[in-house]
This record gives sequence, C-alpha cells and structure tokens, in this order.
Amino acid sequence: MEELTWKGYARKDGRKGIRNRLLVIYTVECANFVAKQIAQRAQHIDVECVGFSGCTDNEYAVRMLISLIRHPNVGGVLCVGLGCEYVQPERLAKVAREAGKEADWFFIQEVGGTEASITKGILSVQNMLEVMQNVPRVDMRFKDLIIGAECGGSDYTSGLAGNVVVGRLYDDLVQAGGTAIFEEIVEAIGLVELLTNRAATKKAKEELQITYDKALEYCKSVRQYSVSPGNFAGGLSTIEEKSMGAVIKSGSEPIQGVLKVSEVPRREGLWLLDSTPDPYWMQFGITNPNDNEGLMALLSTGCHLLFLITGRGNVVGSAVSPVIKITGNSDTYAHMEEDMDFDAGRVLNGLCTQSELCEDLKKMVIDVASGKMTKSEKLGHKEYFIPYKYQQKGVIKRCDIE
Amino acid sequence: MSRPFVFQIAHTDNVATALAEVKKGEIVGMRGDSDLRELIATTDIPKGHKIAIRTIAKEEPILKYGVVIGKATEVINKGSWVHLHCMCSIYDERSSHLDVHTGAPCDIDYE
Repeated sequence: MEELTWKGYARKDGRKGIRNRLLVIYTVECANFVAKQIAQRAQHIDVECVGFSGCTDNEYAVRMLISLIRHPNVGGVLCVGLGCEYVQPERLAKVAREAGKEADWFFIQEVGGTEASITKGILSVQNMLEVMQNVPRVDMRFKDLIIGAECGGSDYTSGLAGNVVVGRLYDDLVQAGGTAIFEEIVEAIGLVELLTNRAATKKAKEELQITYDKALEYCKSVRQYSVSPGNFAGGLSTIEEKSMGAVIKSGSEPIQGVLKVSEVPRREGLWLLDSTPDPYWMQFGITNPNDNEGLMALLSTGCHLLFLITGRGNVVGSAVSPVIKITGNSDTYAHMEEDMDFDAGRVLNGLCTQSELCEDLKKMVIDVASGKMTKSEKLGHKEYFIPYKYQQKGVIKRCDIE
Repeated sequence: MSRPFVFQIAHTDNVATALAEVKKGEIVGMRGDSDLRELIATTDIPKGHKIAIRTIAKEEPILKYGVVIGKATEVINKGSWVHLHCMCSIYDERSSHLDVHTGAPCDIDYE
C-alpha cells in the first residue's frame, strides 16, 4: 500500500490531530450568547463554540465537554461561565492545561457584562491562537486515523451503496492498523449472533451481548423498533435484512469491544460505540435525538473525521472534526451538491465498481485529513449538541447496578 | 434500450436487489460484485425487492451483505422474486404473517 503522509498536530498526550481548533465553551445557557459572539467575532476558521445548556451539572455532559477538550483536533479552549452555575469553567480550563492545551476562563458576572466579556474573550482567543501556531507538526498516515460513522435520513440507497462503501473503507482502515467506530446498536436488533460472532475477544463478546440486551430492553421500554410494515412493502423481508443495511457500515472485521460515550478506544481496530442511556435511568435522555447528537458521541471517543451517510440529504457539519457527507442516492447528490461531499450512488448507476468507489472515498478521506475543507466546513457549519443523559463508565450489566 | 438492473452487494450473496421494477421474462443487467452479467426474471419483481440469482433450496440460508438474512421456506427458482412468501426470518416469527405486497400484519383480528 502506498504510504501517503501529511502533517498533523502533535499533542502532548501522544495523540495526533488533523485540525487545530480553539473551542469557546459555555458552561450554562446564560453564557451562550457571549460565547457565540466571541467565536463569531474572532473571525477565524478554527474558532468554534460549543457548550452545555443546563445549570445543574450532569456527569455525562461534563465527561463529554472534557472529551472535547482532550480531543486531538483541539489545541486550545476558552471556558465562559455566567458565575452561578454548577458546571465549573475553571476546572475545565485546568483539564485543558493538564492535557497540554492552551486554556483560559472567566465568569461574565466578574468581568461585568456582555460587551466587556466579549472584548476580554476575543483578546484571550487571539493570544491563544498565536501560541497555537507553534504546535509541533508531525507525520500522519491513513493508519493513524480514527473515523466514526453515523447514518440518518436513510432511504433504500443507504443499505445498498452509502453504508456499504463505508463498511469497505472501514475494512481497509482496520487492516491498515487504523481505528473505526460505528454506533446505533438499536438498529442492530436481530443481529446479536452476527455481532457476538465477530467479537475479537471473550471480553468483547460479553460486552456486545450486554449492550445488545440493553438496546433491546431500551427499544421495548420506549416502544421504538426499527422495522415497520412500510419497510416490508419496500422490499425488506426480515428484521435481519433491515438491520444489516445499517450494520454493514461496520464492515466485516472483528469487533474489539464496546465503548461508552467519552471513552477513548483502548487499542486500534473496529469498535461499537454505545450511546444508549443506561438502565435504571433509561427514560432519562433519548438515544439519538438528532444526527448531531450521534456525531458528538462519536467525537467524544476522539474521532478525527466523521462520516454522515444519508439517502435524503443533510446539510450539517460539526464542531471539532470535519464531516464527510455521503449519499447513495445520485439524485440527492445532484440536488444538494453544495452540501453533499460524496456520491456513492455512482456504483448503483453502473459508473464504477464497489472497489473503485471505496478507493475514491479513501482519497477523499486523505485529502480532508491533509487539510482540505469539507463542504460543511466551507459553508461554516459547526453544529454541536450536548444533552442531559445518564450513562455510567464501562459496560455494565443491569444486575450490577440494581 | 433501457433494461432494468439489479444490484448484488457481496460476492457470496444468492440474492440481488432490483433498482427498478422488473417484469417476468425480462433480461436484467447485474451490477455490483457479481459473476453474472445478466439474468432472466422468471417472475415480476417490484423495485427495491430481491431476485434469486441462483436456485435456492428449501431451508437454505438467504445471503445478502455476505450474511444470513433469513432462510428459504420453499424452493426458490433462479430469477424469481424473494420475499415473505418464500423466505422467513430466523429470529422474528411475526414477519412471516405479514401481507406479501403491503407488509401489513395479517395475524391480528380487527373485531
């Protein structure tokens, strides 16, 4: 295999980033406006705003913020608090400094209001950006990448082309020594044996079984199943077939285990990310309320790059990591070319083979990792979403909690 | 000349998916990873539905994505429509009781 290399950003913890972002983080909704103004008025492509709206803290949300601070694509953070919320901007800034990142923080109440805070914030951001230019650059290769995949707005092409090409690229990435992460266990109902038979270790098999059982229970508790009469009328004959249309994006390599949200992969290879709320508090938080929530969960595991596979089309991007939007529907691609990055529908139209399509996607991945902007980056999309949710660290059986 | 095409995902699959509506007797072109270049349809096949690309024995697994997505409940002839009337899930019994055309459940009395 050709050894294409590009220059990444060397982080103190040994990880390598493909972007050098500065995050303006608000720690309560009351600080949202000021934080957004700072990010906007800083007028720099790498400055973006994320935050958590709740005043009362939530371990899941705090862990998510910390995972973004430690993310290899992030070089610095400015934490903006109002001054009376539970979530502590000073402690977040400390986490950033300990990770070797540029960091600053303040309370709006102490600085004295909107304009003073915005002025102070912009100055701080400018100082940090200057220092961030000195982050050492380091060679990166395809095998250094961690990629996450999520599908939304699916149509019949997703299971035939969009998810299939991602699965093939994941096989290539994992075989090269890289890391691939897939999620949406609730869409894998009916495939428990297929998943557990792909487990790389005995522990991974256990984790997959527990996670599958939890997802099934979750589906029962919220009465949300992933198959309907319309699916059958459309040509799907079994729940296994429907589920495989989603799970095919994981490719065919062994599964190393299950990650919880904000957990970094313990080694290279293919991992399942479980973003389903844990039992006991299962009704507290919905598994994937929107596509960006799923992308955030993937980001929290350190994904350099994200795939969003859609049949119907989407416009979103994400804070922290570039998003490559893939559609298996060539009509959707033509209709939304401004937003869609990759047309996997060419394979259905007989314009290329599946192997050629996978090679094209790999080229795009390497271009984007080398710094080429995706469509959503060019348009300035920087979506994020951090909800209240209940999840414990690690894969835990229900009986261990109760 | 526009003939309908069907798409085979994995090389080991024994079914392919119709990308357009197929009429009985039509020659369909194969796309995707397939050894075949074309196939004669022996039944009508709706768009998005599956066609057998070889004869499948009763009880034999139905393979798509290179994995088992169900099993044959009768002999399925090469070139014919593969759906609820001739295959079933290994896990989910209920899908064997759905209307083959609409997918609507037929196992509950509306009294």
